[in-house]
Amino acid sequence: MKQRLITLANALAVFAALLLLWQLVLWVLHVPPYMLPSPLAVARAVVARFPSLITSFAITAEESAGGLIASIIVGILIALIFAQYRWVRRMLYPYTLLLQTVPIVAIAPLIIMWIGAGTPAVTFVAFIISLAPIIANTTQGLISVDENLVHLFLMHNASPAQLLLKLRLPHAVPFLFVGIRIASGIAVIGAITGELYAGSSRVGAGGLGYSILYASSQLQTDYLFGLVLAATVLGFSFFFAVMFLEWFFLHKWHESARAPETA
Amino acid sequence: MTVVAQIEFADVSKRYSNTGIVLQGVDLAIYKGEFVSLIGPSGCGKSTVLKLIAGLTSPTHGAIKVDGMAPKNARETVSYIFQDATLLPWRPVEQNIGLGLELGGVNKAQRQEKTAALLRLVGLEHVAKVFPRELSGGMKMRVSIARALATSPKLLLMDEPFAALDEMSRDRLNEELLRLKAEQGWTGVFVTHSVEEAVFLSSQIVVLAPNPGRIHSVIAVDLPFPRIAALRETLEFGALVADVSHALRGAMAK
Repeated sequence: MKQRLITLANALAVFAALLLLWQLVLWVLHVPPYMLPSPLAVARAVVARFPSLITSFAITAEESAGGLIASIIVGILIALIFAQYRWVRRMLYPYTLLLQTVPIVAIAPLIIMWIGAGTPAVTFVAFIISLAPIIANTTQGLISVDENLVHLFLMHNASPAQLLLKLRLPHAVPFLFVGIRIASGIAVIGAITGELYAGSSRVGAGGLGYSILYASSQLQTDYLFGLVLAATVLGFSFFFAVMFLEWFFLHKWHESARAPETA
Repeated sequence: MTVVAQIEFADVSKRYSNTGIVLQGVDLAIYKGEFVSLIGPSGCGKSTVLKLIAGLTSPTHGAIKVDGMAPKNARETVSYIFQDATLLPWRPVEQNIGLGLELGGVNKAQRQEKTAALLRLVGLEHVAKVFPRELSGGMKMRVSIARALATSPKLLLMDEPFAALDEMSRDRLNEELLRLKAEQGWTGVFVTHSVEEAVFLSSQIVVLAPNPGRIHSVIAVDLPFPRIAALRETLEFGALVADVSHALRGAMAK
């Protein structure tokens, strides 16, 4: 407990130091406020426009979460097919890598053009970008079961369904979580990128990406900073939510539940 | 009345496409109630013999019968213990022990009753709800043994189950294994690298020679059961260990 308080105090001290440095730069170099607003101006802009900031935050959160959940469901289904049929895996696995390497900024405009600007298109961009890590990690988990465990199940005349449900799937859960952890971060990036192209996805309101674009065109740099901060908070909340779920499901039996890998 | 062998190998050969011939011309009969150890240098195919009995792989030549049936059809009464404990890490001890019963469709109440009895039998009542990662190597192996015995097998196949344990745990588990066998009357086939372990446990020792794997000699162990720890210090025990070691050297020389 005491150790945790010290860690927290350290983090806060670094934050305060950064704010001070920021303010010092303003005082010494006389940067105009539309280039770099003061920390206080940012705070004021956030307070003044809090309702619209929250609306933008909620829209982007919804799109990212929708995309992430869809990619988890579809990703698991695809991984199951890949694990059951080696020939399908051989044929299609390279294309999941392709999915990962195509830059999202390049295909986001295409998707918006096909589906039409709006929440569904942005959600779809988030879904597409977060799908590959789910497929790759879950497939790996399903097929990397120890051969002796498979033999053990065969000795007990296990059915293919039992092999899948009682051996391969539980074994794949830690792998799935590694995939979700990576996907959770890039789903938010995908949603914001989508919004940059989709414009105002709802009448009178847009997500964080849209608002960032709008604020920068209006030189509302103080609010722009607030939006960037909100995007960071969103990414962090996703990451911690996934970490918590991972801990919840795995801490009893799995070693790595407490030592997360980095994306 | 003729005595029918529980396991019968007739001129069995096994060739893997990548490693070549691992077993050649093996004739072997193992009778009910015996405890047979397979011993030999690495590459002599002793694990392959177990896999063949289990029907996890098929012979390239020759015939194998278990209880008069093809090995795959006899699995219901056969249990396999692997070198590592191969527990499911996401299940607590009691659910690991009940795995075979669960896969066989035994209902929960019966499973719990059987599991509780086995936990007592191997002295693990106090860790019934514990997950495998918190157990020592010896305890994990006890769970693995309990799991194998849960389905009341007539034949127990063991592939170097104690190789990774320290000598004291191994000696104690050897004694426990013999006690369990005396109580339950299964037939045991045991693969090991250790001459002392083979002599202590077995009624018969099959010495295998490598390249290609084949039977070098079969040595009967005439020490009486039940066997206790002090047996290891007797002259007869020492003489048998010397015999088997000598046979092993002969098997490796050729």
